[in-house]
Amino acid sequence: MSEYLTSRTAVCFLGAALLVYPLVFSGAFYLDIGVTFLLAAISASAWNIVGGYAGQVSVGHSMFFGVGAYTPLVVYTLWGWPPIAGIPLGIALSIGLAIVIGMPTFRLTGHYFSMATIAVAELIRIFFGTWDMVGAAIGLQGPAVARSFWDLTFRSELPYYYIFLGVLAILLATTAALERRRFGFYLRAIKASERAARSLGVPVRQTKMQALVLSAIFTSVAGSLYVIKTGFIDPDSAFGILISVQMVIVAALGGAGTLFGPLVGALILIPLQTATNSAFGGGGTGLTYILYGGIIVVIARFEPGGLFELWQRVAPYLRKRAHAA
Amino acid sequence: MVIVQVIVGGLLLGAIYALFSSGLTLIWGMMNFINFAHGEFVMLGMYVALLTVTWVGGGPAVFVIAAALALFVLGVGIYLSLIRYVIRGPMLAQILSTFGLALLLRYSAFWIFSANFVSLPQTSLGGTLKLGGIFLPVAQLVAGAVAILLTLGLHLLLTRTTVGSKLLAVAEDRAAAMLMGIRPDRMQALAWGLAAGSAGIAGALMATAYPWSPSVGETFGLIAFVVVALGGFGSVLGSLYAGLIIGLIQAMSAFWLGAIYKDIVVYGLFVALLWLRPQGLMGKKG
Repeated sequence: MSEYLTSRTAVCFLGAALLVYPLVFSGAFYLDIGVTFLLAAISASAWNIVGGYAGQVSVGHSMFFGVGAYTPLVVYTLWGWPPIAGIPLGIALSIGLAIVIGMPTFRLTGHYFSMATIAVAELIRIFFGTWDMVGAAIGLQGPAVARSFWDLTFRSELPYYYIFLGVLAILLATTAALERRRFGFYLRAIKASERAARSLGVPVRQTKMQALVLSAIFTSVAGSLYVIKTGFIDPDSAFGILISVQMVIVAALGGAGTLFGPLVGALILIPLQTATNSAFGGGGTGLTYILYGGIIVVIARFEPGGLFELWQRVAPYLRKRAHAA
Repeated sequence: MVIVQVIVGGLLLGAIYALFSSGLTLIWGMMNFINFAHGEFVMLGMYVALLTVTWVGGGPAVFVIAAALALFVLGVGIYLSLIRYVIRGPMLAQILSTFGLALLLRYSAFWIFSANFVSLPQTSLGGTLKLGGIFLPVAQLVAGAVAILLTLGLHLLLTRTTVGSKLLAVAEDRAAAMLMGIRPDRMQALAWGLAAGSAGIAGALMATAYPWSPSVGETFGLIAFVVVALGGFGSVLGSLYAGLIIGLIQAMSAFWLGAIYKDIVVYGLFVALLWLRPQGLMGKKG
């Protein structure tokens, strides 16, 4: 009971901290870190539904992010619609993609799914680089000045911060609700042992498919939010492998398959990334990804449960020490 | 005549695809494990060749053997320090281990060698052979022939020798193999050494004929997935045929559709295979 209360207090505290953060740190630099953090947390939480809870490790989630990022600027460029109108289109296409990949691979072992995700993401990246309607390798540009409120083109990053925070709240609430339902138990059963789950009557393929579709929807929305804020997209920043890497590492560092794992991961990695980038300038990006690769290997080797599980193991010892002292 | 030229070029490159893909399929067949860093092994083989030529000198035989040894040691080291521990772990750990390794190797290569394309200085394999209207660069011809021979050699090693039987015994039933006095860890380390070594040789062979940069590892890794999916997971002979077919398909689509579409066609084929025939041409059902 007290465990439950403390975790509840922690959540309220975290929520309050995120709400007032831009009011306390109102400088453009800190606001930018905040917005980047929220976007990373949204993307990783979306990945977490299929990669963490269902244990189907996607290493090509950039395909959903990228589709969601392109459609707002496609509807703007082709028909002059406000970019936000492209969000449903991005969602629809992402669901289609999820079905194309999930249907064949979910009959097979998890490795096939991982290989298919990375191959399809790369396929789409190269394809968009040659497709003139979406600007080929140069990409697309959004409205520079807002024509109406619905273009959602703001000078300050403050409105984006609160929009992103709202989406993150919806995503986490959805995940939390699913966690407690039959669907959540199905997912955990599949992750623990697919064969055992099937023998107990869990509709394995169907459940994995639902998790992937849900994950694809939110990842696509994350892509749309990204592009509405930056107003510009090209094949690499939409479908590049590093977009997928970021989702995987943020979720896995904090704790894949836990509600707040991705949040914790983003809380650590985004400031770290900003620090290495500003410390090493342009060359820092390369160094960041060497570091990311190293962190991913260390997590896989020593702590696949991420920091969350490490904390659960270490916390009792620390508490005992504190009592003894 | 041009089309014959395209076909021959595709088959020669396909032979090298077959060689490095056979390493990936060996690992999959032995331990149901997908190595996401396999393309990076090929890329490292290329740089080992370059460094050997610049520092030590010597002909192709020297740098190909150097790449084979360096990557064999790397493969064994990676198995002993990393793979051994994650192989029985959750799926997340299995996939993230080599995925993280791929990033680490790729971006370290970018850091050390820069993103610029490089190529080997003129080797003794220069020159072109003119055969009935077709031009055959000697380097490509030798590389392709050696790659086919080595892939066949790996197939024979697995099917005709005691070591091969031991490897297959571990793949079949780890516990039973242990009861027969085989050390599974040693055999699996050997498999990783062979897999990485063959990727290293393939890289060094390709380095004689094509320029490269650190980014090629990602492409080769994906091509190896497609080759293995087509040939059947776990079948070395299958990956030999599939490598040649993929090389051919790539060359044809580059010729008819344009160079940029060659990878789109090949990755598209991968998705089609997953839908239509996930066990590949020669594999067992996964």
